[in-house]
Amino acid sequence: MNVRVDFTPMVDMMMLLITFFMLCTSLSKPKTMEINMPTNKDDIKEEQQNKVKASEAITLIFDKDNKIYYYNGIPEMGSLKETKYDEKGGLRDMLLQRNLAAIQKVKKLRQEFAKQQVAANALAEEKAKADLNRKIEEIRGEKGVPNVIIKGTDEGTYTNLIDCLDEMQICDIGKYVIVPIDDFDKDMIEYYKKNGSKSSDDAQ
Amino acid sequence: MGRFKIKKSDTFIDMTPMSDVMVLLLTFFMLTSTFIKPEPVQVNTPGSVSEIAIPDKNILTVLIEKGGRIFMSMDRKVDMMGTMDLMNEKYSLGLNSSQVSKFSELSAFSLPIGTLAALLQKEEKAEIEKLMSEADKGIPCDSTDNQFKEWVNAAFEANPDFRIAIKADADVPYKDIKQVMTSLQDIHKNRYNLITNLKKVTPIDE
Repeated sequence: MNVRVDFTPMVDMMMLLITFFMLCTSLSKPKTMEINMPTNKDDIKEEQQNKVKASEAITLIFDKDNKIYYYNGIPEMGSLKETKYDEKGGLRDMLLQRNLAAIQKVKKLRQEFAKQQVAANALAEEKAKADLNRKIEEIRGEKGVPNVIIKGTDEGTYTNLIDCLDEMQICDIGKYVIVPIDDFDKDMIEYYKKNGSKSSDDAQ
Repeated sequence: MGRFKIKKSDTFIDMTPMSDVMVLLLTFFMLTSTFIKPEPVQVNTPGSVSEIAIPDKNILTVLIEKGGRIFMSMDRKVDMMGTMDLMNEKYSLGLNSSQVSKFSELSAFSLPIGTLAALLQKEEKAEIEKLMSEADKGIPCDSTDNQFKEWVNAAFEANPDFRIAIKADADVPYKDIKQVMTSLQDIHKNRYNLITNLKKVTPIDE
């Protein structure tokens, strides 16, 4: 007597089910970026506003055609410089240079964390991770970390904004803010397009 | 003299290992994947390095498609109904309860509220969704008639635990994003999430 069971119909059905799952579901869960915007309530007192030191301020302005400009400190006609989103020789390098101390501290913390990664259970690991993140946040908010002001012209795209915010994450800058562009910034871009950049002190 | 008998080979292939593999694959897909939620418009989110997963409850999604039209969706029908009830009252749309529950069936909604109410009174659900994705207007969000603010306010009144998630197309002009952001700022919703895809970057090395 033959006791073998024919599994072919079973396999057929499995194939169908797998196809169904592959087509109707998505594997990658979308990620998210959490941002806090400044409030625009009028009743904020003078002492509650934190003034940005001119030496620590960098303003980024993204424009159409994936162009991006920046200036350090107080806006002046001609202090605007153009940069790129590229990893080498662009925005990243500029920010890295400005924020070297903090980046190295974060890197060291991460390495230490990776070394002592022998946590006994999931709960302890979760706690250690939260601890690490808190420390990183602390470093990112320290003195000396540049304050970045992100502005965008109407013709810039959403990708530009996300790219700028990304650079903040990568370069460990904890203090950044998205503010609307003002007329002076627009004038500066116009001026730059006509005359180029005048300041040569820290041009790269 | 005996003849050699040609032995007939057995053509029966054992499918058991195959079926084992299939079951494994199936289990893998069932456990790791999530169902795609139907969305009225295609939105390609830009990539970012952020690795925070979005919470799956109490999400108020603001979809902004390429042309700058705004759609909104909520993950629970109860909240959709609660929000619509409030809006119904506020704008005195005169929708009855079955029309409100028809609204809660929609995967997302857009359109100026007057048009939306008119559609809810006349059309079927599928037809409304089709018209909505073809319409040339989303939820108005400009300074003259900012219905977007009203919707968000109503949604928060219906469910105070909502988290706002902005899901915008990579090519949306910043002008439209700014409108949404300033509207949210005006109603003091200063914390929200931007939905992105995961993008790998090479870590910084000194």
